[in-house]
Amino acid sequence: MGTYLKLFRAGFSRQANYRLAMVAGLATNVVFGFIRAAILFAALDSAGGSLGGYTKGSISAYVWLSQGLLGAIDLSGRAEIGERIRTGDVAIDFTRPVDLQTWHLSEDMGRAAYTFIPRGLPSVLIGALTFGLSMPTTVLPYVLGFISIAIGIAIAFYCRFAVNALGFWLLDTRGARTVYMVTSTFLAGLYVPVSLFPGWLQTVALATPFPSMLQVPINVISGKDTGTDALLLVLMQLCWLAVTCAAGQLLTRAGRHKLVVQGG
Amino acid sequence: MSGLPLAGGRVSPYRAVLASRVRAQRSYRTGFALDLFGSLLIGVTEFAEVWVIFHNVEVLGGLDFHAILVLFGLSNLAFSLADLLVGHLDTLPTYVRAGTLDAFYLRPQPLLAQLVTSEVDLRRISRIGVAGTALVSGLVLEDVSYGPRELTLLAIAIVFGTAIFAGLFVCAASLQFFLINGSELTNSFTYGGSYAAQQPTAIFPRPLKLLFGYLIPVAFTAYLPTLALLGLPGPAGLPAWLAWLTPVAAGWVWLVGMLLWRWGTRHYQVGGG
Repeated sequence: MGTYLKLFRAGFSRQANYRLAMVAGLATNVVFGFIRAAILFAALDSAGGSLGGYTKGSISAYVWLSQGLLGAIDLSGRAEIGERIRTGDVAIDFTRPVDLQTWHLSEDMGRAAYTFIPRGLPSVLIGALTFGLSMPTTVLPYVLGFISIAIGIAIAFYCRFAVNALGFWLLDTRGARTVYMVTSTFLAGLYVPVSLFPGWLQTVALATPFPSMLQVPINVISGKDTGTDALLLVLMQLCWLAVTCAAGQLLTRAGRHKLVVQGG
Repeated sequence: MSGLPLAGGRVSPYRAVLASRVRAQRSYRTGFALDLFGSLLIGVTEFAEVWVIFHNVEVLGGLDFHAILVLFGLSNLAFSLADLLVGHLDTLPTYVRAGTLDAFYLRPQPLLAQLVTSEVDLRRISRIGVAGTALVSGLVLEDVSYGPRELTLLAIAIVFGTAIFAGLFVCAASLQFFLINGSELTNSFTYGGSYAAQQPTAIFPRPLKLLFGYLIPVAFTAYLPTLALLGLPGPAGLPAWLAWLTPVAAGWVWLVGMLLWRWGTRHYQVGGG
């Protein structure tokens, strides 16, 4: 356990070195946040003040929380393991006395934890000051919300890990990563909340782990879903956490058998 | 070396590089097919976002769904054409970091021209297809009578809209000389600009209206031409007739782009030289 904690800290402090990248990420987050908030506000006005159960305050909370969490919850298809598989460095990694997936997870959780400071909190703050947002006034949604966010970060990591583990079989994972990124951002509810999807598309989305990465944590921390509903959502997340973790483990194990190292 | 580039005049070196890039992409058929599919999926998903909004509302920012098809088609067509032609300028930080940019300085052609012609990313073609389909469907469904005025407007919008986005890519690349690790910042006006361009500018609060209307004039790529084509009035401060001034907006972006480029290349210090 101590090793993984150290890896978590290493991930945290490594991220702290990229100050300019953080400022750049924040600025981009905020610009996209402005555009998205404007679209959804206009849609809300056009729909007569209520849109898929959202009001002005809650749709704004959805926009700025999702922009703020985007640094931590990585929906891209990129993961460091992909590059290590491509170069063959992964062969050395297999000789280390730690679990490959958990090692990368610990580092990624550290990276994610750091992004809250320069990206997450400022995004939400800027949203609150410019567009205004309604957030819960009790403690419970925040406690459950942070648990839900942590699970969301881990699910997003496990999925990226699995996609990159395909590199054991594919010469080039760029196509797979692009398809993954496009699908994940859309179905996670990054551009339009999942509850605005037509019924059949909501069903499709809920059959994937993607809403559990972003939409669910936002619903829980913003208090859109409370009580038993919120607990059930977190339970659903835990199921996806187990499934995506198992997928990565299986792929890594199969990949290890496939791996041919020169000279051995 | 005789008989090679110099004999063919000024353009032949560029043509040789581009032809080799096209051949290279076509030779890995599976990879290329996957890339085309990925690019198609990007286009379709961008459209799905708009479509989901219109599943919930009838009108957005004064435009109905058919008008939004025209807006989406024009903005995406211009952006993906620009992306095809110069989108690879985004990789400049990689060249700078690896030091490979220096090799470009050794050749007797302007740096920007070399970089632009160093690649043509054919996978964008499927996104261009999605945009074209949306544009044509919108134009047919909107029932506009097409005369010389409409066709001229369309041509201006597509050509100079592409120029505007291409200019924004040049601005972004110029800033990369200063922001090696902060390249994400420039995404806010290339990809952010494209995202803003496909929305009716009327929905934006005043500061954003001025930003995307005049400073980073992406409203000229699609919103204003759509208004002018469909005979709709514009919001306060952005009358529809401005669509005819799209070439001026493109000129403004390129002026800023070229100034930034000069500034950026002067700032760049060749490693070890």
